[in-house]
Amino acid sequence: MKLFALITVIITGALLLYASKDFPAWGDPLSPANNSELSRHYITETRVETEVPNIVTAVLADYRGYDTMFETVVIFVAGLGILAVLRQSPSAGEPLPVPRDRFQERDMITIMTCRLTVPLIQLFALYVLAHGHYSPGGGFQGGVMFGASFILIALTGGLSEALKRLSEQRAIFLAALGVLIYAGTGLLCMFLGKNFLDYHILSQWLPDTTAVKARYHAMLIVEIGVAFTVTAIMFTIYATLSSKGRMRGGL
Amino acid sequence: MEAFIANFNYWIYIILMMIGLFAMIAKKNLIKKLVGMSIFQTAIILFYVSIGVKQGATIPILPEEAVHPKTTAGETSHHNGEDGDAHAGELPEIDAQDYTNPIPHVLMLTAIVVGVGTLGLALAIAQRVHYHYGTLEETEILKQIQSGQ
Repeated sequence: MKLFALITVIITGALLLYASKDFPAWGDPLSPANNSELSRHYITETRVETEVPNIVTAVLADYRGYDTMFETVVIFVAGLGILAVLRQSPSAGEPLPVPRDRFQERDMITIMTCRLTVPLIQLFALYVLAHGHYSPGGGFQGGVMFGASFILIALTGGLSEALKRLSEQRAIFLAALGVLIYAGTGLLCMFLGKNFLDYHILSQWLPDTTAVKARYHAMLIVEIGVAFTVTAIMFTIYATLSSKGRMRGGL
Repeated sequence: MEAFIANFNYWIYIILMMIGLFAMIAKKNLIKKLVGMSIFQTAIILFYVSIGVKQGATIPILPEEAVHPKTTAGETSHHNGEDGDAHAGELPEIDAQDYTNPIPHVLMLTAIVVGVGTLGLALAIAQRVHYHYGTLEETEILKQIQSGQ
């Protein structure tokens, strides 16, 4: 088996290395990817069509809205899958191996540090989410940071502390809500007579907006949806894996 | 040698990718297979990011002046009448060669987070397997399945 794997890897690697001499040189501005009509359109026309300075956010949430929506669905389904595979009743399985009372007394230094840093992390996560139009950031990055703050609480204060703040039911609800916000925005465009996720028609409903500004604002709405899903699923993954699906005890 | 240095970035990602592929095929431990999968994923991300590099270009975020050009209060050269909002100013010319290609960045941004999701699901399945068979070694699992039937 090892020999077979080695032969496969060497043949594949040799073919790829042979092909790499046809690839464009490092940083070549005239390479097919960099010089394509699509790339040029995104760079020069995004500011006219959406007024969003961060082209990555505009492409993510508007031009490639379908892709991002189904990436969100993938994350949501992964979270559901983890729960379906691993979730069991809190008393199931072998008794918890570690003597719990040793961990009941949490170290004061870690708890105080966590108490000081978690609000800052969450505030920065909201900033990254809301400022995604103007600087690197957006729903995925902000959501991961927000989820990490809950994981930090679970690491320092125990899983039950974190579950008090974001219970399992609420996490699943938020994850579903995020997908609903994203898909709902797309469906709203359909009800108003345009294609799915064709945001500019939303200017009829959003007050005091032009068609361009409607795309600008709709991007923030779908990014918030993404952030809900990512936050909830990141925490669910940690909570389920660390407690062997019992949602109790934890690491 | 010259070809090697010119395409150094591709060599790195191909070697990483082959390490990941080898681990996925040859290793018997499920967690080691997942480590291989992670290395493979990282190689793909490196490949896309290196495709997106453009010499002499900056990040694909336009400066504020390029999107909302300022119109100074005293300036009336444009003769826009009462309509004095942000659109009154002419958009300054921008060159596509000054900004990095945004598409690889968009693709990898979602791929990284989805990678975490799929890795979490894979770890959950591995944990379930361990719960059921008491081992993560492929050979031992196979032995238990065959002896059980």
